[in-house]
Amino acid sequence: MSKLDVSRRGLLRTGAVTGAGLALPTIFTAQSAAAFTNDPTGGSVTLGFNVPQTGPYADEGADELRAYELAVDHLNGDGDGGMLNSFSSKALEGSGILGKKVEYVTGDTQTKSDAARASAKSMIEKDGAIMISGGSSSGVAIAVQGLCQEAGVIFMAGLTHSNDTTGKDKKANGFRHFFNAYMSGAALAPVLKNLYGDDRKAYHLTADYTWGWTQEESIKAATEALGWETVNTVKTPLAATDFSSYIAPVLNSGADVLILNHYGGNMVNSLTNAVQFGLRDKVVNGKNFEIVVPLYSRLMAKGAGANVKGIHGSTNWHWSLQDEGSKAFVRSFGTKYGFPPSQAAHTCYVQTLLYADAVQRAGSFNPCAVAEALEGFEFDGMGNGKTLYRADDHQCFKDVLVVRGKENPTSEFDLLEVVEVTPREQVEYAPDHPMFAGGQLGSCNPGA
Amino acid sequence: MDAFLLQILNGLDKGSAYALIALGLTLIFGTLGVVNFAHGALFMIGAFCAVTVQKILSLSVETIDPDKTDFLGNPLKVKTPYVENWFGPDIGGTIIDWSVPLAILFAIPIMIAVGFIMERGLIKHFYKRPHADQILVTFGLAIVLQEVIKYFYGANPIPTPAPDALNGVANLGAIIGMDLIYPVWRIVYFCFACLIISGVFAFLQFTTFGMVVRAGMADRETVGLLGINIDRRFTIMFGIAAAVAGLAGVMYTPINSPNYHMGMDFLVLSFVVVVVGGMGSLPGAVLAGFVLGILESFASMEWAINLIPGINQIIIYLVAIVILLVRPRGLMGRKGVMED
Repeated sequence: MSKLDVSRRGLLRTGAVTGAGLALPTIFTAQSAAAFTNDPTGGSVTLGFNVPQTGPYADEGADELRAYELAVDHLNGDGDGGMLNSFSSKALEGSGILGKKVEYVTGDTQTKSDAARASAKSMIEKDGAIMISGGSSSGVAIAVQGLCQEAGVIFMAGLTHSNDTTGKDKKANGFRHFFNAYMSGAALAPVLKNLYGDDRKAYHLTADYTWGWTQEESIKAATEALGWETVNTVKTPLAATDFSSYIAPVLNSGADVLILNHYGGNMVNSLTNAVQFGLRDKVVNGKNFEIVVPLYSRLMAKGAGANVKGIHGSTNWHWSLQDEGSKAFVRSFGTKYGFPPSQAAHTCYVQTLLYADAVQRAGSFNPCAVAEALEGFEFDGMGNGKTLYRADDHQCFKDVLVVRGKENPTSEFDLLEVVEVTPREQVEYAPDHPMFAGGQLGSCNPGA
Repeated sequence: MDAFLLQILNGLDKGSAYALIALGLTLIFGTLGVVNFAHGALFMIGAFCAVTVQKILSLSVETIDPDKTDFLGNPLKVKTPYVENWFGPDIGGTIIDWSVPLAILFAIPIMIAVGFIMERGLIKHFYKRPHADQILVTFGLAIVLQEVIKYFYGANPIPTPAPDALNGVANLGAIIGMDLIYPVWRIVYFCFACLIISGVFAFLQFTTFGMVVRAGMADRETVGLLGINIDRRFTIMFGIAAAVAGLAGVMYTPINSPNYHMGMDFLVLSFVVVVVGGMGSLPGAVLAGFVLGILESFASMEWAINLIPGINQIIIYLVAIVILLVRPRGLMGRKGVMED
């Protein structure tokens, strides 16, 4: 006969250990199934729109905010529905996202990486934002994308054109609808060849930061493939305002094309200075001197005034497009605000709808489920023809526009005209293309 | 050789803006002893005087063109400036075209008034406070002013072109058989800067008012003891300094489209110019403005960047460090100033 010797303390200890052992897998299971950063539990879901509300890109940021507001209206069933009517996916019904009313908070990036990270962090931690979107700079986009990856929320990038955003700095939680520098080069090159021939000498002025470097690399490779010679590439400080001392050497360099890898205020000033120095009236090597601006925006063109006339560049989208999606968006935006949307507004609006649609199709706000729904997603009706969100790098592939500064604008918005819609196939590249090498997408982080 | 001469011209052109702003800064420091960090904002307000004049002259009447449609498919609203309706398209168009030079007439009283209000309303309360307090309050004022401008005019640059007649290029080397092309407006800007600088010096040198101001700069107390209201004269000098900065801003608008933070871009550089020239020295500020402008232009040349990468971004500060180490009173500063 055995003796059962059980003390009170021993029983408690054994019970606690056994209980913990049995409960352990349940805790892990429960976490992995339902818990992720800012899981919306009430009747609403909060999105975080992180745009430049102060600083030099504040006007672009204001246009992005207008687009986000419009997207939220349409998601909640207000207004005319905009692109929801033309979007090929019909998962969204104008009843919020998964039945939850869409609300939003905003942050000010100031177009500074540290400020943008701070505002995104605040929206995630204090306001419970489940997704962050916006921005008008690649430096900011890369910084915020990294933060969202760490925090376990989805980042739907706004205006960011550097190859690095979906290249060496790509992240599993980050998605870019906007086109990139490589695509600008690939779209522009054939047009430049038709216009200016294959025997040209190009001089590059390049903004000295991530976007400028990849823009120069891309357009240089594309034009050299045409047979153009690169005479010189000069980096200019981002803070530069007067480019006269950089333009002057172009005059005697033997170049017959000036490529301005500048954006925003840099581009407005460098183009203005180049025109002031009479470059457009010069004849070099028996050819008319030409200026090219690889990345154009309407807001920027407005700042440069008449100097943009006849200058070629590329853009992600333009309000004059006549497809059903673009017309629907321009109608909604124009009716609400009284003027046509910019390309930044377009990409932000589309990104919000794409995120909402992905949640709806996934049936969950879990970032990993949303990422899975976005990866490899093919859609149409959003303004750039048939579009693919490539799974390998989370870059959208779609038609790219080559535009030219309009000679006789009919209004203050009518500054660019579409010269060519470059088909998607022409701007596609392999996921392991050298210009995008160096980074890993990694795995999705649900946070919590 | 052409490239060398072009960079000298560029330097003189950049130096014109630096010299005009630094001249105003020095006038204020020399008379009132105030370090005015809002001086860049005065340059910016001057530029926006030009924008305002352009907008006023471009005020338009809207008519409907039933044959054309806008982006929403509605009948197009065609804008015709009032001045074109009143004076005909040719004369009206010419008036709008010359809006920047015309803005000088508008900017002078506006800038004097802004300077007067700034000095009487805020800065006079800080005369006896430490320089650090003056810097903080004037810097704060600069931020307020630029945000006010952003509220009304937006953040984007606003194109304000030169008159068509002054918009081209001139071959300055034609006389000596060289091809030395330079923008006409930049030549105008340099000449304008020389005119303003000469005017300020002549005013101080050859008028009774200027003589009293110079005496006040040298020994304020003694001038006061002679029964002269030196404070009132110094307030007027603040207004004149504001007008100089404002005119520099007006004429700068065709060179680069003005935006609300353009003043900040010039502010730090202008302070360096004042320090290099010598605090309180008017000729020093002008000399340093042109010298640093030329050095900055040469530092942007390819051979300079290849020799010392990044030299184009630090040259002005490098010169300032050397000057402060070797000759703390600056190029033309009075002995004893900034040397203790």
